Amino acid sequence: MEVKFKIFRFDPQVDQEPRFQSYVVSAEPGHRILDCLNRIKWEQDGTLGYRMSCGHGVCGSDGMRINGVCGLACQKLVREYEGSEILIEPLPHFKVLKDLIVDMDGFLEGIKRFQPHLISTGPALEKERLQSPEDRKKVDHVIRCILCACCTAACPAMDENPKYVGPAVLMWAYRFIHDSRDDAFRERLKAVDFADGVWSCKNYFECTRVCPKSIPVTKSINIMKGEIEKTFPESSH
Amino acid sequence: MVFKHDVVIVGAGLAGLRAALEVAGNVDVALISKVYPTRSHSGAAQGGIAAALGNEEPDSWEWHMYDTVKGGDYLTDQHVAEILATDAPRAVYELEHLGVPFNRTPDGKIAQRAFGGHTRDFGKAPVKRACYAADRTGRVMMDTLYFQAERKGIKVYPELQMLDLIFKDGQVAGLVAYELATGDVHVFHSRVVMLATGGYGKVYKTTSNAFANTGEGVYIPYRAGIPLEDMEFVQFHPTGIYGMGVLLSEAARGEGGILRNGSGERFMERYAPTIKDLAPRDMVSRAIRTEILEGRGIGGKDYVHLDLTHLGEQKLAERLSDITSFVKIYLGIDPAKELIPIQPTCHYMMGGIPCNVDGHVLGGSQEVVPGLYAAGECSCLSLHGANRLGCNSLLDLVVFGRRTGLQIGRDLAGLPWQELPRNPERPALERIRKIKERKAGEKAAHLRSRLQETMTLRCSVFRHEETLVQALSEIRSLEERYGKVVIDNRGARFNTDLLDALELEALLGLAEAITVSALNRKESRGAHSRDDYPERNDEEWLKHTLIQKTDGEVRVFYKPVHITRFQPKPRTY
Ligand SMILES: Cc1cc2nc3c(=O)[nH]c(=O)nc-3n(C[C@H](O)[C@H](O)[C@H](O)COP(=O)(O)OP(=O)(O)OC[C@H]3O[C@@H](n4cnc5c(N)ncnc54)[C@H](O)[C@@H]3O)c2cc1C
Repeated sequence: MEVKFKIFRFDPQVDQEPRFQSYVVSAEPGHRILDCLNRIKWEQDGTLGYRMSCGHGVCGSDGMRINGVCGLACQKLVREYEGSEILIEPLPHFKVLKDLIVDMDGFLEGIKRFQPHLISTGPALEKERLQSPEDRKKVDHVIRCILCACCTAACPAMDENPKYVGPAVLMWAYRFIHDSRDDAFRERLKAVDFADGVWSCKNYFECTRVCPKSIPVTKSINIMKGEIEKTFPESSH
Repeated sequence: MVFKHDVVIVGAGLAGLRAALEVAGNVDVALISKVYPTRSHSGAAQGGIAAALGNEEPDSWEWHMYDTVKGGDYLTDQHVAEILATDAPRAVYELEHLGVPFNRTPDGKIAQRAFGGHTRDFGKAPVKRACYAADRTGRVMMDTLYFQAERKGIKVYPELQMLDLIFKDGQVAGLVAYELATGDVHVFHSRVVMLATGGYGKVYKTTSNAFANTGEGVYIPYRAGIPLEDMEFVQFHPTGIYGMGVLLSEAARGEGGILRNGSGERFMERYAPTIKDLAPRDMVSRAIRTEILEGRGIGGKDYVHLDLTHLGEQKLAERLSDITSFVKIYLGIDPAKELIPIQPTCHYMMGGIPCNVDGHVLGGSQEVVPGLYAAGECSCLSLHGANRLGCNSLLDLVVFGRRTGLQIGRDLAGLPWQELPRNPERPALERIRKIKERKAGEKAAHLRSRLQETMTLRCSVFRHEETLVQALSEIRSLEERYGKVVIDNRGARFNTDLLDALELEALLGLAEAITVSALNRKESRGAHSRDDYPERNDEEWLKHTLIQKTDGEVRVFYKPVHITRFQPKPRTY
């Protein structure tokens, strides 16, 4: 069948402003949106810019906005958009470098500011640290994060407060706060306890809706809010 | 621009990251990666990392070593397998200490599960040896090591693609790289270059590999005259999603999944009576292809079924959640209720850049190439022999990535700065200019799909002199047509159209090396299975293939296999 695409095009070093370009691709209902973009690039227009690598939702390269909803082009199939022209745009809230390629440096920097590595003060061990399956389970959903940035891009609270660290950063904070092997529980919790941290989340649930890995993002942020209130009852939130 | 670092590591997957962590601190080390660093294909590894920890049941490193050797159909160099198996527990504990969130046993230890070809007591029954974090083991390992590398302040250059190595008087002097964001060609001046560029499954049409896995890291040294080893040994993983190639980890069978043919039969019982569905990958892939060729595919078609319906939703959710979601997304099937159509998919390259156990790259006379190192899937340590066992690659990356890092540290004092030759970037610039200026010709994507189809049809699970000769002649005619490759993007920024064209040269060169090596090996061993020579022939072929480019010709020669503990025996399971 023929599928119509309308794709955001912009090279900030050349173009005055963004434009949309239309393409028609023949595709099967079971094909990925990424397959269609590839066909456009390989057969029609080699100037189209987008990132991709693994093609099955683990590397996190091809986050973009498809018909208004952030997601991975390799996880969305043509059949989900039947009948309509498919609108493809770059992730919102990110600076466009070219077409669908956005600047990810700031995103990773944001995560790095919150020490995304285990802090362990215990003695050096010969074997593994012990951790119960129940404790391990507490991080099971957040270790699914692939750093694709769809959650942060989709979050309406980012419009209200552009300084908000965003849901992805908070998921990485959550991952270490709830790792029973980590010794910095209080410091980590304190680190997200500020206006641009957990308190900027206004429960829009957009992050949860778009997460390609089905991480319950909003719920996890709310859990941290509860833990902050319990751990630091004296401070005002 | 010219950048200067003592050590430049090409590749920010697990092999590159692990080496970088070892080198950092003492010397100035930088990583370059063609994909954004957290996108490297190590992140796609699902099932686990092997180590005889014995957390679930008795295990020993000798059994692990034996399995690796037998899995490799005795082409494995046994002193290398011994290092792998003995160092494995240390390597896994180290990962745990760094923060990798492994699943746990009820008593809090690292959980382990069964995997293909891993057995107890020298082949008696499957053993639980694979340490895992659900079915995203590679991803969590990579994120852990990446953030540790960042913490150590290791310089990472994202989206820079190596185009050439620079040599001066036989020693490495650096490399030439293309910056995706600007189109600029840079020179990296260094005392050491380490290659950690991963696999090149994109030589084939159906593959579990990423689009980025196009093999320049292996092709560039080959073009420069360094031989490649055991290139005919290409692993086809039994369970790729039908028609797509997306991987469904062997962990699915490790957790109890079963393969069934068109009549619902558990056919692996006929091929490997002892360990059945957990036989090594080459055997299972051959069994699937045989079932299909003999008309026992599903509805007579070219696929069989993976049956996970008896595992239960909880096990699928806790241990196989990613592959459950792949099946739901791409096939619209719930694996808890329905059978999954699968077919073999190109997965792993046993062959690559010949190296010793400390990561030194070896030249045509087995001599160390000063300053050049390699580790990970791009390298060939003769560890995986003719067929790699599942979970031995992640282990290979961290064990030999670390050893290479340590060796670089030891060697540096003896590796002076070499003066750069004049205009080392000129050949790369010239190649780019030619492609950009060409007005008429064929697009790279078109030639690439021809190549991928040819390789899949003629040089995959089963091979024959006739099909290999055809494959070779098609590759050579595609190489000729490549001389007229065109692009329609002549811009500078994020020009992946240009990179597609540059990468195709590597795919063609490697396809040729695979096919020529396969044509020359007149026996069947591990993943290399010849219809016209169906038996393993130790008398004549217990040796490693080396292939080298010399003045436009390719030369094939051989080197012996290192046998220490286990004499070759018939390989049955
Ligand atoms: C789907 C899948 C599942 C797997 N599951 C398992 C498993 O469960 N257990 C197991 O042991 N093994 C598994 N494997 C195998 C294993 O994951 C790979 O062999 C391994 O991750 C390769 O790691 P690497 O560090 O060598 O390369 P990669 O992780 O592939 O990294 C290569 C790096 O090199 C860079 N690069 C490449 N070319 C260039 C260039 N020209 N210029 C600059 N940079 C370049 C890339 O950007 C990247 O950073 C799996 C493989 C696949 C495909």
